Amino acid sequence: MTSRPQNLATTLPASYRKPDRGTQPEYLFPPYASTVKRSPTQPLVILPTTLSEVTGPIFGFDRIMANDFDLTKQHAGEPIGERIVVSGRVLDANARPVPHTLVEVWQANSAGRYPHPRDQHAAPTDPNFTGAGRTLTDDQGRYRFVTIRPGEYPWRNHYNAWRPAHIHFSIFGPAFATRLVTQMYFPGDPLLDFDPMYTSIPDVRARERLVSTFDWETTIPETALGYRFDIILRGRDETPMENYLRK
Amino acid sequence: MSLRTTSSQTVGPYLHIGLTWLNTDNLVAPGVVGDPITIEGRVTDGDGAPVSDAVVEIWQANASGRYAHPEDTGSAPLEPSWQGFGRVPTDDDGRFRFTTIKPGRVPAPGGGLQAPHINVTIFMRGMLRQLITRIYFAGDPANEEDAVLQSVPAARRATLLAAAERTNPSALAWNVRLQGDGETVFFDY
Repeated sequence: MTSRPQNLATTLPASYRKPDRGTQPEYLFPPYASTVKRSPTQPLVILPTTLSEVTGPIFGFDRIMANDFDLTKQHAGEPIGERIVVSGRVLDANARPVPHTLVEVWQANSAGRYPHPRDQHAAPTDPNFTGAGRTLTDDQGRYRFVTIRPGEYPWRNHYNAWRPAHIHFSIFGPAFATRLVTQMYFPGDPLLDFDPMYTSIPDVRARERLVSTFDWETTIPETALGYRFDIILRGRDETPMENYLRK
Repeated sequence: MSLRTTSSQTVGPYLHIGLTWLNTDNLVAPGVVGDPITIEGRVTDGDGAPVSDAVVEIWQANASGRYAHPEDTGSAPLEPSWQGFGRVPTDDDGRFRFTTIKPGRVPAPGGGLQAPHINVTIFMRGMLRQLITRIYFAGDPANEEDAVLQSVPAARRATLLAAAERTNPSALAWNVRLQGDGETVFFDY
């Protein structure tokens, strides 16, 4: 098993461009205390783009259950809280939709509590809310979740530290190189500028793109407000041939 | 048209709520070709303390060096049951364990073949974006001609090598040290 048939098409994959400057936090960001002992101290080694980085896992609808996109319908009763619709598109940096890719979300309940043994915050749990969802984007890269608005909660990073309301997002995209985990925030949250996770992003405009926008179009009348959150994954370099043709 | 890439944020301490449903610690589904191996290790921080809230994801080719992905257009055989993805959390002692098969060699950029390797993504609280590394196989002669492995400073290369335990050649050990002595090599990709 030490050789395989060669194929020219797979030996020179087009690279995924690096994320835009200032958009990604550094590993070490001391205001977020947990980074101090968990960030590498040696320089990262540059990894060229190979077939290993341009391929990645693909998940099908067989793994997704009917109510996985609706976090308000996963238990016998209704969760407590303000119902919201969170939707958007997954695109690449070349503005092309990323179809049929897995999007996973998790979040606190409306009181800011997670049903997790490590969450000891003295806020109520909700037996009708787990706070986990998943879906695949459609052929235009669109996704949609129905959930409740998560609560803010205290954490022990520094004195009187509070996390702004947020929903965790995990996205695969088409390749190992496009894997992204992020958090979506809510417009107007006064805690954002005090949050070291949010402020770890150097570019202020990049931070602001993690803040969802209120969206009348996706509101469900008399039921749920709508928030829109688009996710942009790394884009691919144009092939040399395309560049040549454009000149 | 060009859009700006979305910023990464940490998975935080409650990652299990969202990610556990897809946990996969055995890549050897029925019909997969190759001898099963286990890769077991421990994630430790700069104090040597176990990281008990990490998730390790792997992505690898099958025993013939073929990825289950449309961009791998090679003619090496691909079993219908091969997927090549794994996701495991670390336990209270920072330990994780996969059962898989040793991947074959996949093409290198510009011709030739890479040494067998497993691509690794690590997420945890305190990590604002994922860490990327690779697992190679100690003693594989192809390691000497692998451009990625050879680009790593020689003194640090061993951190990428999974080594068999003497008593059981199919049980491999590979540890992740986030900082300090023997700090694992991580990649900028």
